[in-house]
Amino acid sequence: MPPQTPATSGTTADSLLEVRDLHTRYSVRGSFFDRLKGRESGSVHAVDGVTLDLRHGEVLGLVGESGSGKTTLGRTLLGLVEASSGSIRLEGEELTGRSEAEMRPLRRRMQIVFQDPHASLNPAMTVGALVADPLRFHKLASGREELRARASEALERVGLAPASEYLDKYPADLSGGQKQRAVLARAIILGPDVLVADEPVSMLDMSVRAKILELMLELKDELGLTYIYITHDLATAKFFCDRIAIMYLGRIVELGPAADIYEHPQHPYTAALLKAIPEPDPRRAVARDLPRGEVPDAVVPPLGCPFHPRCPRAFEVCGWESRDLRTLLEERWTKLDQDAYERERALVGELDDLDVAESEAFLPAADGGSGEEAAGVLEAMRADAPADPFWSGVASTSVEPDGVRIGFHTPREPRDLEVGRSVVNCHLHDPGAIELAERLRRGEPEPEPPDAGADAG
Amino acid sequence: MRQRRLSRWLAPLRETTGVSRWMFWAGVVIVAFFVVLAVFAPLLAPYGFDQVSDAGVRFPKQGSPDGTHPFGTTVGNYDVLSRVIWGARTAIEVVVLAVVFSLAIGVPLGLFSGYVGGRADRVLVLIMDALFAFPYILLAIVIAFLLSDKLGQGVVTAAVAITAVYVPQYFRVVRNHVISVREEPYVDAARALGAPRRTIVSRYVLQNVIQSVPALATLNAADAILTLAALGFLGYGIQPTDAAEWGYDLQRAIDDAGAGIWWTGLFPGLAIVALVTGFTLLGEGLNDVINPLIRARSTAKPEMPGRTGGEGEEAILSLDPAPGTDRPRGP
Amino acid sequence: MSAHEDDPILDVRDLRVWYGTGGDPVRAVDGVSFQIGRGETLGLVGESGCGKSTLGRGVLGLLPDAAAVTGSVRFDGRELVGAPAAEVRDLRGPELGLIFQEPMTRLDPLQTIEAHFREALNTHRPELGKEEVRRRSLEALAGMGIPRTRFGQYPHEFSGGMRQRIMIALALVLEPKVLVADEPTTALDVIVEAQILGILADLRRNFDTAILLVTHNLGIVAEACNRVAVMYAGEIVEEGDARELFAEPAHPYTRELLRATISLETTGLNYIPGAPPSLIDPPPACRFHPRCPSAMRVCADLHPIEVRAPAGQRVSCWLHGPEGQIPAGGREPLERREFAEAEEA
Repeated sequence: MPPQTPATSGTTADSLLEVRDLHTRYSVRGSFFDRLKGRESGSVHAVDGVTLDLRHGEVLGLVGESGSGKTTLGRTLLGLVEASSGSIRLEGEELTGRSEAEMRPLRRRMQIVFQDPHASLNPAMTVGALVADPLRFHKLASGREELRARASEALERVGLAPASEYLDKYPADLSGGQKQRAVLARAIILGPDVLVADEPVSMLDMSVRAKILELMLELKDELGLTYIYITHDLATAKFFCDRIAIMYLGRIVELGPAADIYEHPQHPYTAALLKAIPEPDPRRAVARDLPRGEVPDAVVPPLGCPFHPRCPRAFEVCGWESRDLRTLLEERWTKLDQDAYERERALVGELDDLDVAESEAFLPAADGGSGEEAAGVLEAMRADAPADPFWSGVASTSVEPDGVRIGFHTPREPRDLEVGRSVVNCHLHDPGAIELAERLRRGEPEPEPPDAGADAG
Repeated sequence: MRQRRLSRWLAPLRETTGVSRWMFWAGVVIVAFFVVLAVFAPLLAPYGFDQVSDAGVRFPKQGSPDGTHPFGTTVGNYDVLSRVIWGARTAIEVVVLAVVFSLAIGVPLGLFSGYVGGRADRVLVLIMDALFAFPYILLAIVIAFLLSDKLGQGVVTAAVAITAVYVPQYFRVVRNHVISVREEPYVDAARALGAPRRTIVSRYVLQNVIQSVPALATLNAADAILTLAALGFLGYGIQPTDAAEWGYDLQRAIDDAGAGIWWTGLFPGLAIVALVTGFTLLGEGLNDVINPLIRARSTAKPEMPGRTGGEGEEAILSLDPAPGTDRPRGP
Repeated sequence: MSAHEDDPILDVRDLRVWYGTGGDPVRAVDGVSFQIGRGETLGLVGESGCGKSTLGRGVLGLLPDAAAVTGSVRFDGRELVGAPAAEVRDLRGPELGLIFQEPMTRLDPLQTIEAHFREALNTHRPELGKEEVRRRSLEALAGMGIPRTRFGQYPHEFSGGMRQRIMIALALVLEPKVLVADEPTTALDVIVEAQILGILADLRRNFDTAILLVTHNLGIVAEACNRVAVMYAGEIVEEGDARELFAEPAHPYTRELLRATISLETTGLNYIPGAPPSLIDPPPACRFHPRCPSAMRVCADLHPIEVRAPAGQRVSCWLHGPEGQIPAGGREPLERREFAEAEEA
């Protein structure tokens, strides 16, 4: 049943910004010892194939935990970080691949507000000078009087009135909320179309957050702005955004109208985030069925769906792999008492060999131990937590003299699927994946993956 | 607005208290004294720096201090007082020139290297570190020797030789500071607003980096006095015919010391010590003023008025005050 | 000297902490009283700059040189204010545990996790043998969900959430009777935050540990605490059972703070006009009166007297009387100064 108004396709006529399959990679330097040993430094795929449209006059939320790539995505859109591949079009004009000088004229149209208002203002300039400075960059005004007049106008627009009280102050003389107002004044003075707001209120005091958000909504209406609101806070996003993109490890896992995201979260990660928000209502108990662990290492992300190791609803095809076995085993051990742990620890060998991103795992027996003993540990694990999604991924186990070899089902990348008005990147909504899982459960052989090699990573 | 800016710069000066304030003002007084000597040397010095006779009367040789020569005279028949006063002029001239040259070279290089980064940065750092690692007296001597053909052995040569010694320091301080400022969100914000690179460097980076320069320049000035004196002492400095120079005078006074002639060495020596001390105090004082982190804050406990409610006697006692004991694993 | 089982484990009375600034003192904590019973969790909330962190540190005796302290902090029957520094220091760890906001700065980067535990236990439980130290450490770590195989690793090899778990394990391994947690989840992601809150909730259920949880987030208080104290400008303005206080806030500040909090239930934006006052020169009488939408004439003249609100909580607000103390005409609405839009924190 194809939905009527898909969220990402649709006509491009009302799209201000079109982002297609955008990738941003950072190279990371290993630790000092890694470098001494000449080990290769890796790269982090901070933005991993993002596709979205920003419509005129909307507020699009980019929501995710730290390491989700939301900030990098925002910075890539503004050309502050170079895109590795993909395309960003601002009303048809391609933004990627431009030099700093070629980018400069376009900066008038896209502005950014950073998280930390205390650090976003040059401490050596007065408020009046720094708010008017963008006009000098673009030679839109000159002369002391004109710059001051334009700065006053912008300051009063953001509520710093009378402007004469603030023009000659230094940022250090302002409160956090006032600084963020000055940042907003500086951002709107060029008359931009798009404003990327990267956690604009998260460093402000609770009592000020609502005021600044309200101001931003006013500015949007008065000046016809379009916002990209980057945040980790689903509560403010609910209030502030028209549409929301939930990000996890560089990907958008769910994108849809805000109301739908909160009423009917489709991706298990979205559901988990919503459950985890502490609400000022003591009748609500602390959420217990939370995803285990934390956001994994982005240098070598999980196979298949990046969320599968933490996902309570993961199944056969989600990308089970060797590292998941280690996680599960160690989690089990934290629940055993010390003696039981020592007994079991003695039966298996070093776990470090499990730290590979492969869909086959080898659990070694302890030195001098037998493969049967290691298999016994595996059986105990399964007996104690038979419902863990991990076991659905196990395709085969074979006991070898020095350990157990576990084969997993072939990992599959989830596809973007239209569900209602949203786009969801999850196998749970993929009839093909579900059917395949059912076949695998019946013991049928694994077919050749249809889109092998389609993985952009 | 100008006034506001000035008062903002001076504000930390008013806020400092105690030792740093004392150091700063003591430094100001000493340095000002020598600057006055230097500027008004022709008026203050009784004789010229290379004058050996007055009104046809030749000065005594190694004459002890008396009414006409309060600091005595040297083996070369010079008046010691005049040499000391003219020496102040030489010292201040050389120091000012050397500081201006070092700033003019070191600061832009540091800015460039720090902001642009990459290969240019690596090469510059290598060169500067090599200069820095060189024994500084040796470096100054080599430069002075190389330049003596072209520029003669005057004030400019000495200043250039000293400049070569201090450029790496400015370079390093400015470069490292630029690297940290470069990462500040306000520099990113300027980029996002479309500021040309030149503007970012001059208005956003330099303005915030330059604050660390005055203290360094003053401390280097103190060091430069010593280097100048060392050059003079070793005979690679300013020629006695070009200007009076304390280091040269000290060297000439070595033989006198054994003969009980103390005045030829004592006064130039005192002048060196005093001016170096002055610059050091000024520099350290500035340092404290500019880096509030190392400034000692007031630690006096406030007086608490007693409670009128009568909750028992008021004990004004602190709990454990020791910082750093807040480790979770206890002491 | 040992206190009775039913006595509060922590009994703070009329505590004042003032900081010297060279000029007039900063009255960061100004006459605060509260009790925490065994196994209770008290949440301490307020805007930044209201003195809540100072109060948390004051209880532990972790104040800078320039702080003067009066009043009384009784821990398990022992007076801490005025006690020798060394004595309070010895209590910190084994009796009074603490957890901070940024765990990385509290862990020694050059020591393994194992060494941290060994040092803590050797210092405060010297009678324990080597094996016992190891056993207890591993149990404490496992209890926080840290894999035992990672015992020998260094702090930087752990994620932020793991480090905070390690900090909690490190505090709990000494089995303190009181735990002060100062914004323990502020630096963490939501899911990890929820995990840590779950751990804190279990603590109080399973270990009888009393917790003083300092936070600016009302949501966290609601989920993790059974009692709440609301601080404003150095004073506790309202204190009581969490359910009652959230359901029926008695003090206008509590009410406004709840209204200003943006949660999933939020349908409109609300805020408290103005900014928290300077603690050097706080407003006279009720410190909230310049920002209070319900301010009455008496609020600007007389300091409120603590009373019991209908729902049972302690509240210092003239709205709740005592009637006899309010002068004639005192209930007339106060003419307040309007705040400019940008007058804010």
